[in-house]
Amino acid sequence: MTAGDEVNAGKRRTIRNLMFVVVGMFGFVFALVPLYNVFCSITGLNGKTSGERAVIVDMEPDLSRTVNVAFVASVNESMPWEFRPDVVRMQVHPGKNYRTAFFARNGAGQAMVGQAVPSVTPGLAASHFRKTECFCFTEQRFEAGESREMPLIFMIDKDLPEDIHEVTLAYTFFDKQKLLD
Amino acid sequence: MSTATTHDAHHEEHPSGLARWIFTTNHKDIGTLYLLFALLMFIVGGAMAMIIRAELFEPGLQFVEPQFFNSMTTMHALVMIFGAVMPAFVGLANWLIPMMIGAPDMALPRMNNWSFWILPFAFAILISTLFMDGGAPAGGWTMYPPLVLQTGNAFPFLIFAVHLMGISSIMGAINVIVTIINMRAPGMTMMKMPLFVWTWLITAYLLIATMPVLAGSVTMLLTDRFFDTSFFDAAGGGDPVMFQHIFWFFGHPEVYILILPAFGIVSQIIPTFARKPLFGYSSMVYATASIAFLSFIVWAHHMFTVGMPLTGELFFMYATMLIAVPTGVKVFNWVSTMWKGSMTFETPMLFAVGFVVMFTIGGFSGLMLAIAPVDFQYHDTYFVVAHFHYVLVTGAVFAIMGATYYWLPKWTGHMYSEKLGKLHFWLSTISVNVLFFPQHFLGLAGMPRRIPDYSPQFTEFNQLSSIGGFAFGLTQLLFVYIVIQTIRGGEKASEQVWEGAHGLEWTLPSPPPYHSFSTAPEIK
Repeated sequence: MTAGDEVNAGKRRTIRNLMFVVVGMFGFVFALVPLYNVFCSITGLNGKTSGERAVIVDMEPDLSRTVNVAFVASVNESMPWEFRPDVVRMQVHPGKNYRTAFFARNGAGQAMVGQAVPSVTPGLAASHFRKTECFCFTEQRFEAGESREMPLIFMIDKDLPEDIHEVTLAYTFFDKQKLLD
Repeated sequence: MSTATTHDAHHEEHPSGLARWIFTTNHKDIGTLYLLFALLMFIVGGAMAMIIRAELFEPGLQFVEPQFFNSMTTMHALVMIFGAVMPAFVGLANWLIPMMIGAPDMALPRMNNWSFWILPFAFAILISTLFMDGGAPAGGWTMYPPLVLQTGNAFPFLIFAVHLMGISSIMGAINVIVTIINMRAPGMTMMKMPLFVWTWLITAYLLIATMPVLAGSVTMLLTDRFFDTSFFDAAGGGDPVMFQHIFWFFGHPEVYILILPAFGIVSQIIPTFARKPLFGYSSMVYATASIAFLSFIVWAHHMFTVGMPLTGELFFMYATMLIAVPTGVKVFNWVSTMWKGSMTFETPMLFAVGFVVMFTIGGFSGLMLAIAPVDFQYHDTYFVVAHFHYVLVTGAVFAIMGATYYWLPKWTGHMYSEKLGKLHFWLSTISVNVLFFPQHFLGLAGMPRRIPDYSPQFTEFNQLSSIGGFAFGLTQLLFVYIVIQTIRGGEKASEQVWEGAHGLEWTLPSPPPYHSFSTAPEIK
């Protein structure tokens, strides 16, 4: 083996190793997606609430503590819907069930199906925001011009971190039809 | 020492005219192509900046539509980052790394040709979006969804242009690493390599690790738009904030890709004109490696306002501040190299000293931005704009200009006009500070970035900034003139060019032969 061959073998080895890194990093990005979701569902970092109906539990409410809950409602681009919370702000005690409602009206000239996606701020409060009934669990079909009140029953559980005094629950309505098309 | 080699006639044959440049596999030719391409893109990106500054000369809307203004900020960033600064560094790497380590050429010459010739196509695609229905991309160079998904017909062109730039950078980086690892002359141990080679080696690893991340994230954008995936679409269970995490996981190492080779350049220039060896060589190497490592664990400092638990804010704040330590080591080393040196101030040295001072200003404003609670006020204001232009213009671009003056006599065999070079430096330095310094105050007072209009109380500082901007833009035409003039002729440059210059490239004639170091030099 001459010195030149040795250099060439070295080059090939280096190239091969570097290509592994390139391919590996490209794969790593896609692996990040499930990793991020797992990480967020454990820590509640991104404010996603559980899409499942929470089990009703009877808890002794913590009357000594009051948390402000603010509701935000918006519709995604180009959706001609009216959408707003009945009350913008509530004072709640952790461990107690509350009922409120959102109003929505389909302003379009045709039936539309919407899906409300919730988000809780701060993110760490998301896993403590328990909804036993929510219009966000299912798709909502509205006939042309139809309007209705949609109930939400929720509870902030008592494990909510002490330093959180204000929780915002934001819903965004997305056009389900457009998503399916 | 005569390392300029005689070469057999077979190697000396190469096509002339246009074919020479299209088919070339010579590292010097490809280096020249990269550098000229970078200069062209610098002018194109600069013209876009002139439009931005013209619009911001007065409050209200004067010259351009808001949508087009947003396209200008987006395209200016993409063109300057991927078209000007990165290709300029790759061009310098091509020209200098083989000469500095005593290798005959880059390790993979044909791939080298390819990685350059992808670039004109990538930028033709990107710039063609200016003429498309729906306009050029206008959602910012960071391409955050869902906004970027609203781009018109330009969207897939943007994604493919970014893919091509990424492929080009990855190939360039592989070439640099393979060359440095396998083709050093006998006796050139790792810890004897010039610092420019070291910083480029580390930069190349950053490129290899992060460019695929960018490619992956923009691919997800593409499938979200056209193939019904929901990576970043909340309606389908995705999360737009995840894009920001992935993007900045690429993006923060990227900003060090844009500055580490500049550190290398300055570490070559300052010892030459201080006539002293570089102070703390090994600490420079370790500091560069530390900066590269830290760059992977600080990404979320770009996202303090997006929402993060307190522990997250604290971690990213402290990790970011930690970067100031190795960077400080570098700045102190440069100052110590100058300390009690027999300094002279030729143009390259002026740019290097200017770099040290003004890059440090940018570093300090970076430290201010690292403080999470303070960042809540500064985020997305002109303070951020001022910060990254200090590190990128008076940092990276000044280093590239310094490098051009420093090595241009070696490349062309002609001395540039020292009088014009100094004029270029002083005009640039004065105008760049008039341009960017007032933007600190605008940002602190609350002027948001990427908006074509502003409140009337910001008018004076904006006018000052615009005047500085026009002056800086015009001054760069002088730079173009000096470079062309030097290529065409001038006083003959000697082998060593600079009295205090050390290193293998200075043992070759100026200009160096087409093939140098066909027989490896011996390093003692």
